[in-house]
Amino acid sequence: MVTYVFLAAAALAIIFSILAIAHRSPIINVLSLVVVFFALAAIYAVLGMDFLAAIQLIVYAGAVLVLFLFVIMLLNIRSVDRLGSGRRLQAMLGTAVSIAIGAAIVVAIATLTPAAGAVAPGSTHGTAFPIGRSLMTTHLLPFELVSLLLVAALVGALVLARKENQ
Amino acid sequence: MSTIPISPTWILYLSAILFVIGAVGVLLRRNGISIFLALELMLNAANLAFASFAFRFAGTSLTAGHALDGQIFIFFIIAVAAAEAAVGLALFIAMYRRKETIDVDRFNILRW
Amino acid sequence: MLGSLWIIPLLPLTGFVLNLFLGWCKARKSFVTIVGVGSVGLATIASYWAIIGYLEQPARVIVERYFTWITAGKITVDAAFQFDPLTVVMIAFVTFVGFLIHVYSIGYMHGESDTAYARFFAYMNLFMFAMLVLVLGSSLPLMFVGWEGVGLCSYLLIGFYFEDTYCAASGKKAFIANRIGDVGFVLGIFATFAIFGSADFTRFLPMAAAHPQQYAGWATAIGLLLFIGATGKSAQIPLYVWLPDAMAGPTPVSALIHAATMVTAGVYMVVRCNVIYRIGPAALLVVAIVGGLTAIYAATIAIAQNDIKKVLAYSTISQLGYMFLGAGVGAFAAAIFHVVTHAFFKALLFLGAGSVIHACSGNQDMRTMGGLRKVMPTTYWTFLAATLAISGIFPFAGFFSKDEILGKTFAAGASNLHGFGWLYYILWFLGITAAFITAFYMFRLVYMTFHGEFRGTEEEKQHLHESPRTMTLPLQVLGVLSIIGGLIGIPKLMTGHASWNLIEHFLDPVVIPLGASHTGEIAAEVSQHGVGAGIEWLLLILSLSIAIGGILVARSSYTGEHAFEKPKRFTDRHPALYKLVLNKYYIDEIYDRAVIQPLYRFARFCWKAIDTIVIDGIIVNGAAFMTELTGDILRFLQTGNVRNYALSVAMGVLLLIVILW
Repeated sequence: MVTYVFLAAAALAIIFSILAIAHRSPIINVLSLVVVFFALAAIYAVLGMDFLAAIQLIVYAGAVLVLFLFVIMLLNIRSVDRLGSGRRLQAMLGTAVSIAIGAAIVVAIATLTPAAGAVAPGSTHGTAFPIGRSLMTTHLLPFELVSLLLVAALVGALVLARKENQ
Repeated sequence: MSTIPISPTWILYLSAILFVIGAVGVLLRRNGISIFLALELMLNAANLAFASFAFRFAGTSLTAGHALDGQIFIFFIIAVAAAEAAVGLALFIAMYRRKETIDVDRFNILRW
Repeated sequence: MLGSLWIIPLLPLTGFVLNLFLGWCKARKSFVTIVGVGSVGLATIASYWAIIGYLEQPARVIVERYFTWITAGKITVDAAFQFDPLTVVMIAFVTFVGFLIHVYSIGYMHGESDTAYARFFAYMNLFMFAMLVLVLGSSLPLMFVGWEGVGLCSYLLIGFYFEDTYCAASGKKAFIANRIGDVGFVLGIFATFAIFGSADFTRFLPMAAAHPQQYAGWATAIGLLLFIGATGKSAQIPLYVWLPDAMAGPTPVSALIHAATMVTAGVYMVVRCNVIYRIGPAALLVVAIVGGLTAIYAATIAIAQNDIKKVLAYSTISQLGYMFLGAGVGAFAAAIFHVVTHAFFKALLFLGAGSVIHACSGNQDMRTMGGLRKVMPTTYWTFLAATLAISGIFPFAGFFSKDEILGKTFAAGASNLHGFGWLYYILWFLGITAAFITAFYMFRLVYMTFHGEFRGTEEEKQHLHESPRTMTLPLQVLGVLSIIGGLIGIPKLMTGHASWNLIEHFLDPVVIPLGASHTGEIAAEVSQHGVGAGIEWLLLILSLSIAIGGILVARSSYTGEHAFEKPKRFTDRHPALYKLVLNKYYIDEIYDRAVIQPLYRFARFCWKAIDTIVIDGIIVNGAAFMTELTGDILRFLQTGNVRNYALSVAMGVLLLIVILW
């Protein structure tokens, strides 16, 4: 059954990600991406990374994409142009390169990844407590740095978005 | 069941597909915010790859005390992506104020 | 003094520096005189002091090493001076004659400005320094330092009146001709280093002498290369062309540099390296041939010249030919003997000519002179003494030295030296003919200048006067030396005692005996008993009569009631020949066409074609152009479009993946 969940989630992700980049309406794009994030959260949960699934939903889907929505509505963007409009060569080359990179990655996956062993449920320790402990002990430094980064982002966003005649 | 019957390799393939879709979105869209959106997709694809490896090596802790590295990394990526999104969107707001458009092709003064 | 030989050259060097300074301060002439003449005087005293010290102690060769000058791999060259019989002889006359000429210059250069006067003495002192280094140096490189130094001073002094284009050009000509010879000299030094590992006289000469067979071929090469330098410095065929034009310099310069000292450096070098030449007899043969040919060649040119200094210049070239002829037949002591006597009488001749030119208000053309013996008796009598000496009249100085050389040449012929006996006979014949010609043209000079009636302008005639004391005193001293100077080399023939030939005896140690491994073939010591005493006397009388014959021919041609008639008839009958000789066989014109013009054309080509087009155009400008072009093309990458940049990034990532696979 777990496999089916995974497969469903994967299919969802792929379909809606295509929608997220291809549709003309920006609102639809954002909302499709929300669905993609839900699907990914489901995959995390299935793999036993509960905390991460929660974070993904709360922060990523719930905050970042909502921010996107706010900005879209603020700037009142009704519709965006079709995919690949305007510059043909750029579009073709872009597609080609992306597919090439994708192919490279796929080949790498096929040839380089070691065979996997079986994983027992619960052995990923993806709950809040182990991750929290790890953050506060082994990975304390990056944790603090990230908080610094967030402050910087805050200030930056404030400054950039400020009206100019102040 | 005693083991989770998902092969990490499938997850990697999925991550690759999502990455390619995101790349196509970044390179082909003209609207700045749409580019950003596709960028978020790419980041998530990367997250998925990390997750697959975290899953693969779960319980077989690579080095003592670093068993949860994969997940921690995903955590940080999410944090950074959030920060980046905030700043980027503020940038787009400023750009819109200047030119009434966020068509990326219009901002091309820095050319030959 | 013997422990500090370095003081001897240092004195004139100090004089040089001080005189430069005095010239810069425009000091009075008296200061410059004291420094300029005094330094040379002190150097003379120091030299004689050293000589006395040398004679009193038993060692024959003394070397004073001061410091290591060059170390390069296995080669070291020390800065060292040496004292041996050859150096002693050279120093003795170089310093003394140099001093006399400096004294003479006080009067001669009196009319110059203060700065020019100081400059003159500065250069003269520098010359003395360089010449002393040349003679004292104990290795070929150090000798070469002096060699180049005298060349430089020759340039500076010939072009002393540098504002005149001709003088400046003459200076350049002298320096360039010298330099061409120096190529050979330098190659010779290199070869010496390569073959013997050292160019120190005390090292490589004994080494060569000990194994004559082994080094024979190389010695010939080294000897020839060094001799090329000697043809430049000592004005032999083919590089003599600078000496006649060098007469553009002040007369004391001609006397000192181009008569007494610098031009003899080549002879000194050959005698110093006599071991090399004796081992490689082909080189020695070349020396003799060149010397003999030059002797007669220059003498023929001298007959037709009308400028008093040019006659003396060609005479110098001719006499140098004699010296090389002497060295070339192995009579090294005789060659040096002639160097010494020549220094005396040639310096005297030049100084006397200077006196004459001074009196004739700068005129140097003998056709407008005459009758000067009544006006300047001191000059006349000393000049006559020198002329008798150069003509080889007994018992004046030149007689003994010239006769020695001719006698040894004849003996070389008689003993069939190296199997070329016939060649030496020819050379002897050339030498004796040249002696006749020498006597002729020298007395032609005397008769035209001092005898008969004055043929110049009235204004010049009023001006005629004897020279001041500072000028006539050196003339008198040199006159005495021209008379008695030959007595240091009286041949055994006359006295029955070999040891009375002082100079030959004294210079014996310089001719190092060759090792036992040699066969009799290589020895080039021509002993007098190649011919019997009878033949020797015959030769002596012959040369004396030939000389007197020349004098008589000159007398009948240029004095008396029918003066100038005979020569005129001769030139009228052979106008082409006369023109050829008068124009010195057009050798300068030939050199110009054959060597100088092609070089100019080559230089122009290098400039126009290579420098302008290739280097400036293609390489320098081309590089700039290519850079500009590249920039012009590449700037189109900056589209300003962010999506293009993103695409570039993606392509870069792809490339990286492919490379790092």
